[in-house]
Amino acid sequence: MADSSQKTLRIREFPIDENPGHTYLNHEKGILSWLFTVDHKRIGLLYLGSVILFFFVGGMLALLLRTELLTPAQSIVDADTYNQIFTLHGAIMIFLFIIPSIPAALGNFFLPMMIGAKDVAFPRLNLASWWIYIFGALFALYSIITGAVDTGWTFYTPYSTQTGTSVVSMTLAVFILGFSSILTGLNFIVTLHKLRSPGLSWSKMPLFLWSLYATAVIQILATPILAITVLLLAMERILGIGIFDPSLGGDPVLFQHFFWFYSHPAVYIMIVPAFGIISELISTYSRKTIFGYWAIALSSLAIAFIGFLVWGHHMFVSGQSELSSVVFSFLTFFVGVPTGIKIFNWVATMYKGSIDLKTPMLYALAFLFLFTIGGLTGIMIGALSINVHLHDTYYIVAHFHYVMMGGTVIAMLGGLHHWWPKMTGKMYNEFWGRITCGVIFLSFNMTFLPQFIMGSQGMPRRYFNYVDQFQGLHQFSTIGSYLLGVGFVMMAVYLLWSLFKGPKAPSNPWKARSLEWMTSSPPTHHNFEYTPVILHGPYDHHKPMKEFRMGVAEESESPDVIEIDKDPA
Amino acid sequence: MANQSVATEKKSHLQHHFVDEDQQFESSKMGMWIFLVTEVLMFGGLFVAYIIYRAWHPDLFYEAAQELDVALGATNTVVLIASSLTIALAIRAVQLDKIKAAINYMAATILLAGTFMVIKYFEYMDKFGKGIYPGESYTYDGLEHEMAANFFSIYYMMTGLHGIHVIIGMVLIGWMIIKAKKGLVHSGYYTPVENTGLFWHLVDIIWIFLFPLLYLID
Repeated sequence: MADSSQKTLRIREFPIDENPGHTYLNHEKGILSWLFTVDHKRIGLLYLGSVILFFFVGGMLALLLRTELLTPAQSIVDADTYNQIFTLHGAIMIFLFIIPSIPAALGNFFLPMMIGAKDVAFPRLNLASWWIYIFGALFALYSIITGAVDTGWTFYTPYSTQTGTSVVSMTLAVFILGFSSILTGLNFIVTLHKLRSPGLSWSKMPLFLWSLYATAVIQILATPILAITVLLLAMERILGIGIFDPSLGGDPVLFQHFFWFYSHPAVYIMIVPAFGIISELISTYSRKTIFGYWAIALSSLAIAFIGFLVWGHHMFVSGQSELSSVVFSFLTFFVGVPTGIKIFNWVATMYKGSIDLKTPMLYALAFLFLFTIGGLTGIMIGALSINVHLHDTYYIVAHFHYVMMGGTVIAMLGGLHHWWPKMTGKMYNEFWGRITCGVIFLSFNMTFLPQFIMGSQGMPRRYFNYVDQFQGLHQFSTIGSYLLGVGFVMMAVYLLWSLFKGPKAPSNPWKARSLEWMTSSPPTHHNFEYTPVILHGPYDHHKPMKEFRMGVAEESESPDVIEIDKDPA
Repeated sequence: MANQSVATEKKSHLQHHFVDEDQQFESSKMGMWIFLVTEVLMFGGLFVAYIIYRAWHPDLFYEAAQELDVALGATNTVVLIASSLTIALAIRAVQLDKIKAAINYMAATILLAGTFMVIKYFEYMDKFGKGIYPGESYTYDGLEHEMAANFFSIYYMMTGLHGIHVIIGMVLIGWMIIKAKKGLVHSGYYTPVENTGLFWHLVDIIWIFLFPLLYLID
């Protein structure tokens, strides 16, 4: 359709339909219209539903583990089952929940809206990636039924080549899930490069999108290595190819190198999108332009880059050479620099801001607190001498839960509340939102702070039994985990209530400045009725809301004229 | 929208979320290149395994490579390079609206790819006949080196994964022939043919690395 006609550019108050009769939710009806939709918003919700389901499953497994650890000896399950449960908890939380969580759910929904596009670049590929994800999940389910894996989510050889459990089907599930992750990343990169609206330069991109971009780069570059690693592991079990199996002349440390070459960058696939959400939240609820836009944007890319050079810090006691350990330790400290840049810029954004302690902002503050603990303990275990002492203890467990749950999950909850009105068109209850945030914050610390103490005293991770001296701390941690469960149930209740009975949400309840708020709640099928032309930055809080205008591009009668309709006042 | 007003017999392939054909074409092509990056990295894992084992056991690689048939490998290299030429000619033909020629070039590509697979089949069968199986089933005693099975594991993994890609490429090119016959690709819309061509060049170039690395160890 060689559409050569010029577009008229008009600047005007954008009249947002506050009560749209026609939205993406009622555009089509029926279960099939959801399962085979190519609308990025619906696919985002499909992902959101799926990751919440797997978060629930993984969470239940975690509660089982914590219950078992109430007593030093056997409490409710036997030792082999315990191994299977912690493996499944890890594998489900990592591969089925946290990797797709923010990018594939919230990112899918908001990335096209934030750049004023109608959809991602490849909508059918987007749907395919969700189906591939479900297919991978079914494979994982199959392996659970036929003999749940007991290797830990890391599948270290040689044990993973010897155990009688279904390692092959589990690794194939991981292979398939990785494919889904690659397709999402590919889609996002192309969309951000090619589908930005007129006027939306790279410097006007919301920081959430910069973080998704950095994430997508990692997904593209790291996931193929995981694919070949698990493929080789599967072949090791099926054919005994002897690449990783020492009894056949292979090298198990090589497996660890391969595995962590993906899985360390994958840590940044999990946390970098969370950074993006925090940037949005802190600026919006401080009513202030983000401090150090480029510093935050580029530090995401810096983390993505340095993240590829630090995988060896998982292997300080695995028998790699001393020199490589020293180099990896040094590079690990480097990751702290761009991360620190982000934290300081967020705090500087809040300085003299007009801070509004709405639920999403509470989550952002909780994130700053918890992630700082998680990050700084990460620096400690990056130091060689300390690592030898703390390796494979509960200190590590506490560290990565502070980063992954205290960081990613808390940020995702903040984002979920922030964008809830936009996604559903309903407001949630602010009072219960704040209470629940408090419950989750406190119970999270109850659960995982004791684990730092136990770990530093020598409690090894993944152990079924423990010496009596740790019982008090273990029980404290278990009670914390139950309260954490209660917190999530409270959230489920008030969010479901909001979904069915909540008051109608306005188009921009938080007075945010980025593009997704410049359309109705919930959005229409094509997000915007016109092609928006972007005139303002995503954090222009210094401009009053009533001056906040957006250009619209319209089909022009006279092809050569570009009229700019100046301020009507 | 304005689809009806376009006065041409060729069907418009513009999807609703793109502004124009150029944007759509550039997006597809960029997506394909990124996909190729992931392919290269996936093979990269195998190349790393190759490098490490060769660095550890240079003698093993020298001895074991003597078992591979250089003549057949070289023939396959020529066959694949020729197929890259024919697919490039096919793309050019589609761009010039010479659909019949394009179909012939694509058929020739499939034929060459098939030749490659047949030669590969005879190579594999020859190895299997001697007991050179991948991994633990290895029973050949013509090689002194105790790690001989590991070399052939790497050989089978690399050439096997490559072979799977050849088959995928053949299916894709077959699909493009069907598209061309239905008149769905033409000078105004040749994105799928171009992307298939890119994929095929990747398959070709990986073999160009595999051939010297596996066959020409001296």
